[in-house]
Amino acid sequence: MNAYNFAYLDEQTKRMIRRAILKGLAIPGYQVPFASREMPMPYGWGTGGVQVSAAVLTPQDTLKVIDQGADDTTNAVSIRTFFERTAGVETTTQTKSATVIQTRHRIPEDPLTEGQILVYQVPIPEPLRFLEPRESETRKMHSLEEYGLMHVKLYEDISRHGHIATSYAYPVKVEGRYVMDPSPIPKFDNPKLGDMAAIQLFGAGREQRIYALPPYTQVISLDFEDHPFEASKADHPCGLCGAKDSYLDEVIIDDAGGRMFVCSDTNYCTARQAAGHKGKDAA
Amino acid sequence: MYVAVKGGERAIENAHAWLAEERRGNTDIAELSIAQIREQLKLAVNRVMAEGSLYDPDLAALAIKQARGDLIEAIFLIRAYRTTLPRFGTSRPVDTAAMACDRRISATFKDLPGGQILGPTFDYTHRLLDFKLAADGEIPDAPLREPEPGDVPHVTEFLNREGLIEDAPNDETPPPDLTREPLEMPADRALRLQALTRADEGFALGLAYSTQRGYARNHAFVGELRIGTVPVEMEIPELGFAIEIGEVTLTECETVNQFTGSKTEPAQFTRGYGLVFGQTERKAISMALVDRALRWEELGEDFEGAPAQDAEFVLYHADNIQATGFLEHIKLPHYVDFQSELELVRKLRREAEASQLQEAAE
Repeated sequence: MNAYNFAYLDEQTKRMIRRAILKGLAIPGYQVPFASREMPMPYGWGTGGVQVSAAVLTPQDTLKVIDQGADDTTNAVSIRTFFERTAGVETTTQTKSATVIQTRHRIPEDPLTEGQILVYQVPIPEPLRFLEPRESETRKMHSLEEYGLMHVKLYEDISRHGHIATSYAYPVKVEGRYVMDPSPIPKFDNPKLGDMAAIQLFGAGREQRIYALPPYTQVISLDFEDHPFEASKADHPCGLCGAKDSYLDEVIIDDAGGRMFVCSDTNYCTARQAAGHKGKDAA
Repeated sequence: MYVAVKGGERAIENAHAWLAEERRGNTDIAELSIAQIREQLKLAVNRVMAEGSLYDPDLAALAIKQARGDLIEAIFLIRAYRTTLPRFGTSRPVDTAAMACDRRISATFKDLPGGQILGPTFDYTHRLLDFKLAADGEIPDAPLREPEPGDVPHVTEFLNREGLIEDAPNDETPPPDLTREPLEMPADRALRLQALTRADEGFALGLAYSTQRGYARNHAFVGELRIGTVPVEMEIPELGFAIEIGEVTLTECETVNQFTGSKTEPAQFTRGYGLVFGQTERKAISMALVDRALRWEELGEDFEGAPAQDAEFVLYHADNIQATGFLEHIKLPHYVDFQSELELVRKLRREAEASQLQEAAE
């Protein structure tokens, strides 16, 4: 792949993306428009995250790519291979030894540290999109801090279901100013967004937006005093490593509807198993 | 015993190998050459160049071959390649009045300077399957004639001289570049046209058709449709003058639309404009109709809520590479989100059942 620049994008494009990232870091939670490029993978498959990763990667970096918490899902494999070919950087599956982690739909279970960058792939960056389809309107609502519509939606959920019926892509407020879409992570992951030591960058390629959370930013999941936000997960321990604190995937294991629960974060799970932890379904 | 799924990497490699085999098909059948696709599937090549925004028939033919004839996939290949190319400069605006026309028709005047030239069109063919073509592709020579000398003037210019059609003065403002700046609303006409010329043909066709059926109806006459080649010139700073660097085939459509006047404009004809790479007249006509519908605001017309009038709706959904990517991404695993929805639905059901039981007991 020598015909392409380091990490695929040319330096001018990277500079344009870095400027958008810096602007995003300066105004946490604000969606910065950027001139997203056509990438050699389809829109909706992580082009925003890939462009952000390409712009922040240096040859000394170690990259980890996860999808649904796992390093081995097909699209994570595909993106990791892309950077192995175009940037030649070292890759890893270990959360702790990665300097840049690109993710889709999860935040790793192991706490991230200073010096690490977490890059999210974002499908629809606008938290107000499903309440108001027009971009011209939602941008106005953000600039006027006009978030009443969102609170009404959450309130209507409570009056109909007794709960806020949003279980992923749960909206947050950043530093008391911008309402932000945390990408479709389960709301279980929301508490990790705030006060995180690592830099969090969000890239939406098709929608041409970048936004960011600098380290130790205040991020609060929207709720009401009498209906406080609650991070939830399947009420089981992991069948393989026995962890009780991790987000779980449900796996159907036989024709009779038998099922088990396993960590969605595969690196967390295998590390625990290697350390001797055992769940009830482990071999 | 359950073992977490592994092997994504090998599965991908194997899938690619199988795909390559399927693309080639039965190896007893001769392989298609790029030249064959370029020469004999020219309209497919044209569509790929137009929507891929890259004028290169050989690359478009290669993309069609690689994509197994899936034109949107081929357009995607071209777009992804195009974005990596360096930019040496900008050509001068092409002069379509100086076009060497293969086809030039007007639906508004029976005869006019430059004449009506049907050119290589399907228009009056009877759509009967030609079984002879299945056996051999021998064709008789088409008769030749010397082209009329001189430029072919635009029909709208005749109307403009009488002040019957809105004036379209030269605008020297450099147009925005859709591929280098994020699309932001409101979009001016230059930007809208740029988005429409590479818009999905089917989407543009559907929108244009909807205006004909009454969703922002705006009766359009094809003032002129012309297809032919124009030279492309570029200013070379070291030389201080422009030189011709090649030529491209274009399809241009100018519609003349009824307009009875509005609060701000007198009664006169108005314009819709379409310009597309290659011989792509369905697309160029569609583009002109949608362009005209999108101009409601500047002409002081009412917004009827029709899709074709809504610039945000049209521009954000016209690009088939964006659309197909996002549509198809729902094939990717979503089990983390699905799991959280499962938990939520189970919880809501448990509560509903509990309250029903309670009501029954009472």
